Amino acid sequence: MSALSATIQDVFNEPGCGKNANKSEAERKKGCTKQLQPGGAAGGCAFDGAKIALQPLTDVAHLVHGPIACEGNSWDNRGAKSSGSTLWRTGFTTDINETDVVFGGEKRLFKSIREIIEKYDPQAVFVYQTCVPAMIGDDIDAVCKAAREKFGKPVIPINSPGFVGPKNLGNKLAGEALLQHVIGTEEPEYTTPYDLNIIGEYNLSGELWQVKPLLDELGIRIMACISGDGKYKEVASSHRAKAAMMVCSKAMINIARKMEERYGIPFFEGSFYGIEDSSDSLREIARMLIERGAPAELMDRTEALIAREETKAWSAIAKYKPRFKGKKVLLITGGVKSWSVVAALQEAGLELVGTSVKKSTKEDKERIKELMGQDAHMIEDMTPREIYKMLKDARADIMLSGGRSQFIALKASMPWLDINQERHHAYMGYVGMVKLVEEIDKALYNPVWAQVRKPAPWEKSGDNWQTRAMAQAEAEAAGLAADPVKAEQVRRAKKICNCKSVELGVIEDAIVANNLTTVEGVREATNASGGCGACAVRIEGVLAELASASHAIAAE
Amino acid sequence: MATVTVSKKACAVNPLKMSQPIGGALAFMGLRGAMPLLHGSQGCTSFGLVLLTRHFKEAIPMQTTAMGEVATVLGGYENVEQAVLNIYNRAKPEIIGICSTGVTETKGDDVEGYIKLMREKHAAVANLPIVYVSTPDFKDAFQDGWEKTVARIVETMVDAPKSAARRDPTKVNVLPGCHLTPGDLDELRTIIEDFGLEPTFLPDLAGSLDGHIPEDFTPTTIGGVGVEEISMMGQAGWTIAIGAQMRRAAEAMQQKTGVPFMLFERLCGLEANDALMAFLAEISGRPAPMKYRRQRGQLVDAMLDGHFHIGGCKLAVGAEPDLLNEVGGLLTEMGAQLLVAVTTTQSSVLERLPTEEVLIGDLEDLENLARAKDCDLMITHSHGRQAASRLKIPFFRMGIPMFDRLGGAHQLMVGYRGARELIFDISNLLMADHEENHEPTPDTWLEGVSSSHPTAAH
Repeated sequence: MSALSATIQDVFNEPGCGKNANKSEAERKKGCTKQLQPGGAAGGCAFDGAKIALQPLTDVAHLVHGPIACEGNSWDNRGAKSSGSTLWRTGFTTDINETDVVFGGEKRLFKSIREIIEKYDPQAVFVYQTCVPAMIGDDIDAVCKAAREKFGKPVIPINSPGFVGPKNLGNKLAGEALLQHVIGTEEPEYTTPYDLNIIGEYNLSGELWQVKPLLDELGIRIMACISGDGKYKEVASSHRAKAAMMVCSKAMINIARKMEERYGIPFFEGSFYGIEDSSDSLREIARMLIERGAPAELMDRTEALIAREETKAWSAIAKYKPRFKGKKVLLITGGVKSWSVVAALQEAGLELVGTSVKKSTKEDKERIKELMGQDAHMIEDMTPREIYKMLKDARADIMLSGGRSQFIALKASMPWLDINQERHHAYMGYVGMVKLVEEIDKALYNPVWAQVRKPAPWEKSGDNWQTRAMAQAEAEAAGLAADPVKAEQVRRAKKICNCKSVELGVIEDAIVANNLTTVEGVREATNASGGCGACAVRIEGVLAELASASHAIAAE
Repeated sequence: MATVTVSKKACAVNPLKMSQPIGGALAFMGLRGAMPLLHGSQGCTSFGLVLLTRHFKEAIPMQTTAMGEVATVLGGYENVEQAVLNIYNRAKPEIIGICSTGVTETKGDDVEGYIKLMREKHAAVANLPIVYVSTPDFKDAFQDGWEKTVARIVETMVDAPKSAARRDPTKVNVLPGCHLTPGDLDELRTIIEDFGLEPTFLPDLAGSLDGHIPEDFTPTTIGGVGVEEISMMGQAGWTIAIGAQMRRAAEAMQQKTGVPFMLFERLCGLEANDALMAFLAEISGRPAPMKYRRQRGQLVDAMLDGHFHIGGCKLAVGAEPDLLNEVGGLLTEMGAQLLVAVTTTQSSVLERLPTEEVLIGDLEDLENLARAKDCDLMITHSHGRQAASRLKIPFFRMGIPMFDRLGGAHQLMVGYRGARELIFDISNLLMADHEENHEPTPDTWLEGVSSSHPTAAH
């Protein structure tokens, strides 16, 4: 476990991480170990994160060492696609029982590896540690080493038991395992000046294949994709690539940075969501490869390809622009997609009424602000009811979000489109952007909305639960407008920190009373932002507002 | 008589089984205003949540005590306390149902003790209904988690009646196993009500996960049986338990309240429903309504029409014990051979299954056995899709999870009508397969008598 703790510390100290760079020294040491909130947490564990990051490697047997919950409840549930082997979709687990918990599960693990190699002959076996065997002290590193020696095949330990932290940490621990045990262990058959690594792309719904033909046309070889449609040998020899593109900014930054450190492979952070982002990324790839020795004519060919593809995409999208005029989109997503999808939708002429930044880093948010202008309406941690109200107020015509929040929109009879990992459509590159626009159009103009909004024959018109709810909300608003004292109470009662249940008024009072200027100060005084930390941005907002108010008073 | 064997493999491949705690959590989801809480690391909840969301295509209420590494070693009192208080403050639940997981059972957290201490410390939750069930992941399966949870709810929440005289003979308790869908529960409710009886379902997933549009958004369950209704179940005239897994809860009910029970191991098929009708007629004192007499005739007709297609069918079924018993039973009664039966956990019904051997195993076993025995129909949950496509045999989805097709929550199996629907669906699947893959060609009989089945040509 000490080796695991050291790895976790190392992962936390990520200079390439924007969020990390914004932290104080002391905070950085604490890393991303922010305590998860019992009874208020959502999202996967570190094991989940590690599995998500690596499972798209197609010719690897992914063996989960743990009780049935870890694999039995979750296998074959990701939308990644493979051009070859289907082994990655086979669920392998030691399914440990009570006896293993008492006497240790190492023997069962070793036998399991043997069975897998005998029956399925994979390129490699990845062994995922989970909470229970970690607690009882199963040493998966030792078992993997013994198996590697015995069977002469790579058997890679992935030390990321669920209880060490959230999904995001697991992504990085998976990256560490690749860096430690896989990358650089084999040599490619040949190299070219056009060898590129793509890091943090999972080929969900086959979206990588929306971009790959363009790279093929330019003669750029994807040496390794980590991990979408990836193969073990490609990853093992990926240290010979000339440049790397990092797609999902938070998930695998450690791989990109350490490969730059160790093997001198420069990387950039880019996106293939949206037309302009795609063009920028292609240019950047060409520029980096040329810098590393590819002929300069690559840029001319790249520019020609960009010009051709942009023209095609714009003309395909142009016909939707009149249909999208005045249509508003509520976008609820996190991480890299927040800003890249914003750009894409604006290209199609849609107006954005908000974007959740729950999972985004500060940099992501800055990008959103830049893209959406100062009017950007940031929606963080909206409750389902607020989201519903927003949709219902017709401030949004369609909601785009991950699968989990879809029911809020659908139950409110509002168009909805899935843009997270469970989605069925691929939205990358130029073709993907056109596809996204098509799908939005299909959702917006589907006649089903008119049907499902019709009142039931036994409902008096205007007397359904939706209108009752809206009337109630309006009555409350009117009541507040007439009663400034109560309005102030309500304003002050707004929850800023959901985890620790801290209200705006409490924070404002603490700031004024103690002359606070930092989020840390507010946390010490009120405990706000002491949970998941997502409300730090809101507290910064409160600080800024009070500061400008006091300036105004001072100026008078 | 079937022999039950347990797979000898060290490594489970393509699991059929799901874990106990989420079976328990699903049982709590049949209660109104409930918030199931898994005592474990947040992944335990997250995986279950995603699984059930994809199956029901509904928002799923489920929370976690978010055990970190330190809490896991030192014990999780504070996590349970914080989780309960947070849920209480935010979601205002009518009941919180706590299931343990592998993580917290390995340490051996005394959750009952935690709840007692927490009630003493916090007046707000002193009287909040909180039910705790021990459901370690490294033992048993989904169905067992459901079984234990329903029994625990009965033990802790049903009031013992003050006098037997106050029993209301028109009231009937229904304890459905987890193999019944919300659609099945709706069908059963209609049947029971048609006899003039008033059923209380525990759990009642038809109230919470049937897909209805809620009046308001609540982070807890949007329907189901209420805490007060549960407490009054002791006043019913009878308890109907469905599936062998519900014997434990039915016995707990009888022991606590004296309400006698009738266990129906099956409610899919002609004889099973004849037994149900006879029983309902007896306890209600009313004859079976005309509607069911007609439906019985329709089922008999469906069995006659369907036996041409289902008869002789070589069947491979992977399902939890009670579902396996229902579907395996129905189809063998129509002439299919249950050649491969794979299940998840021990149960008293297994040895009575109409087959030679039942294996407690995984979908790799199901696939290999189905290949070896040249089966021509596979029935299991959605995870069987890869195996069926490799075997190139028709695949009928039953059970949880059903994430790649719509309507899993409304697939009907119980009642005369349910059996009729199921027979049609499966017969149609077999007919389509025959048209697509087994039409005779000039070469079909080239090899003469030695050529076994038309399948061999493909």
